[in-house]
Amino acid sequence: MSRIQQRVAEAKAAGKKLLVAYIVNGDPQPEVTLPTMHEMVAKGVDVIELGVPFSDPMAEGPVIQKGHERALVHHTSLKGTLELVKQFRQTNDKTPIVLMGYANPVERFGYQAFATAAADVGVDGLLTVDLPPEEVVILKDALDAVGLDNIFLLAPTTTVARAQKIAEHASGFLYYVSLKGVTGAGHLDVEDVKSKLAAFGQLTDLPVCVGFGIKDPTTAKAVAQLADGVVVGSVLVEKMGSLEGQPAAAIATAVGEIIGGMRAAIDSL
Amino acid sequence: MSDIDYSSFPNAAGHFGPYGGRFVSETLVHALDELESIYFSLKDDPSFQAEFDKDMAHYVGRPSPLYLAERWTRELGGAQIYLKREDLNHTGAHKVNNTIGQALLAKFTGKTRVIAETGAGQHGVATATVAARLGLKCRVYMGLDDIKRQTLNVYRMKLLGAEVFPVTSGSRTLKDAMNEAMRDWATNVDDTFYIIGTAAGPHPYPQLVRDFQSIIGREARRQCLAQAGKLPDALIACVGGGSNAIGLFHPFLTDESVKMYGVEAGGLGIETGKHAAPLSKGIPGVLHGNRTYLMEDENGQIIETHSVSAGLDYPGVGPEHSWLKDIGRVNYVAINDDEALAAFRKLTLTEGIMPALESSHAVAYAEKLAPTMSKDQVIIVNLSGRGDKDIHTVAALDGITV
Ligand SMILES: Cc1ncc(COP(=O)(O)O)c(C=O)c1O
Repeated sequence: MSRIQQRVAEAKAAGKKLLVAYIVNGDPQPEVTLPTMHEMVAKGVDVIELGVPFSDPMAEGPVIQKGHERALVHHTSLKGTLELVKQFRQTNDKTPIVLMGYANPVERFGYQAFATAAADVGVDGLLTVDLPPEEVVILKDALDAVGLDNIFLLAPTTTVARAQKIAEHASGFLYYVSLKGVTGAGHLDVEDVKSKLAAFGQLTDLPVCVGFGIKDPTTAKAVAQLADGVVVGSVLVEKMGSLEGQPAAAIATAVGEIIGGMRAAIDSL
Repeated sequence: MSDIDYSSFPNAAGHFGPYGGRFVSETLVHALDELESIYFSLKDDPSFQAEFDKDMAHYVGRPSPLYLAERWTRELGGAQIYLKREDLNHTGAHKVNNTIGQALLAKFTGKTRVIAETGAGQHGVATATVAARLGLKCRVYMGLDDIKRQTLNVYRMKLLGAEVFPVTSGSRTLKDAMNEAMRDWATNVDDTFYIIGTAAGPHPYPQLVRDFQSIIGREARRQCLAQAGKLPDALIACVGGGSNAIGLFHPFLTDESVKMYGVEAGGLGIETGKHAAPLSKGIPGVLHGNRTYLMEDENGQIIETHSVSAGLDYPGVGPEHSWLKDIGRVNYVAINDDEALAAFRKLTLTEGIMPALESSHAVAYAEKLAPTMSKDQVIIVNLSGRGDKDIHTVAALDGITV
């Protein structure tokens, strides 16, 4: 059983929803990421989505774009991100890690070489924002060969027929983007999410986590009621950006507090 | 090479060999599916085509002349050089062929708002122009650095009623404006049509922009046969994203005797790293929804480009050009800033035609190529735009403020 499957099964057995947290590797400074990951785990995160910075993060809103830019000032790379996961695994062998990023750094690394290296250091899955099912074949074959999960996005505009096709390519979990547009955008409509999830839920046995637009514990709780899990990102990246230059431990603590609040809210269901 | 059916590219998935495709977030897929179905249902629809042709004739002023530059030809002492005068189009560049086509698509689908990205501002002006005419709301994304070096076009867009939205992310140039336009589109797809400015981006954009711009090559082919009595021996066009070049080249691709040269921006020199010549010096990768040649570092991050002409200052290129390079049908070469500036002056003094700095790259290459060819041979240079917008840049280099 993969780490992701393991964690999904544990949550199910405990009657809990998954809490997935997204931060950008190297943001706002390289030494912040590792202690923040550990602190998030201590405060109840189930899955860490580690953003791999890219010069042209086309699907991100302004908050996460800035996170990528801050990380790139320090030349944070895909190679460096694998290095970081290796360090994380020295003391944590349980928390699943999904790398979330864009195709070009992976293409440059080489799909095969990347899959092998990622599996070696203890990465569990990959979410490549700009590799929809139509273009994912090379990567999927490479990931399948080493047993890494391939996470896909579903959007409010995704038709049921298309969601079916996506579910066939996906493993680990599915990530439903609860808003039209980019990360961190406007306001999430819970009723909208509800009707879409009802339709998608019938297509797959994979857990469906919901993200984009979850900024506070109240929304997290409302969404957790409908889904198998919630993803928080912009709210963490915003906090980390506001603390740029502060000691790593202080940033980790601040992020941990947000996670603690989200955890308590979704566990109070 | 002769057995390639160029009209069958891209395939249904938008691929030109290994290039092109649709590398986008799921949030954009629906918008692209919708665009694709609209385009493929309208493209051969006689009423759509008739409206496009009518606008081309009466609004843009087509066909644009194919002009034999006799004095310049004589001075160079080789092949006869004809200029395809896209600079004489309404708004002053080839860009309008494409914006009219896409605005018609927007009109046929009932969208009320159009957005665009722009570098030099030519595409922004062309978009603002058609938006004004059709009564559509218009926002143009433009990198902050480009806003500073293209003040004239920024003001033109504002006069035309468009909102010019400064992009401050990333390198603050064309590529970042494109990211921002894609984000807007993903958010506002219900009422918004994204008028992309070049033959790049996710499928079906490279194809539909090529199809609209191919009017350049279809006219040039007809005109050349009528005026020179034969097909041209060589075609030359500058390549930013590649729309004016593919528009000229595409109708000639099956004519094996016609050599083609795409001219990229060599900036301060290919060897300095400060250029915008992905086909000459880049490697294939994925950006802005398609696989194509890119300028990137060893970690796959897109790097900053340099060119004296804002319209060529782009780290990628339309995917069809990447494919045409690999199969050897088109030769891609580079012209440096100083050569382009010299050509700008040369054509102005010799023919009384002031080319855009983008087009000046093609002009400069013609000056190298023509003398190597014989006097009975014919070159067509795509004069993609006029140089009025660049007078500030040229004057500044002369130390003059206008
Ligand atoms: C006059 C002119 N020529 C050429 C270009 C380059 O674009 P493309 O390569 O798509 O023709 C531009 C872009 O702004 C332009 O304004």
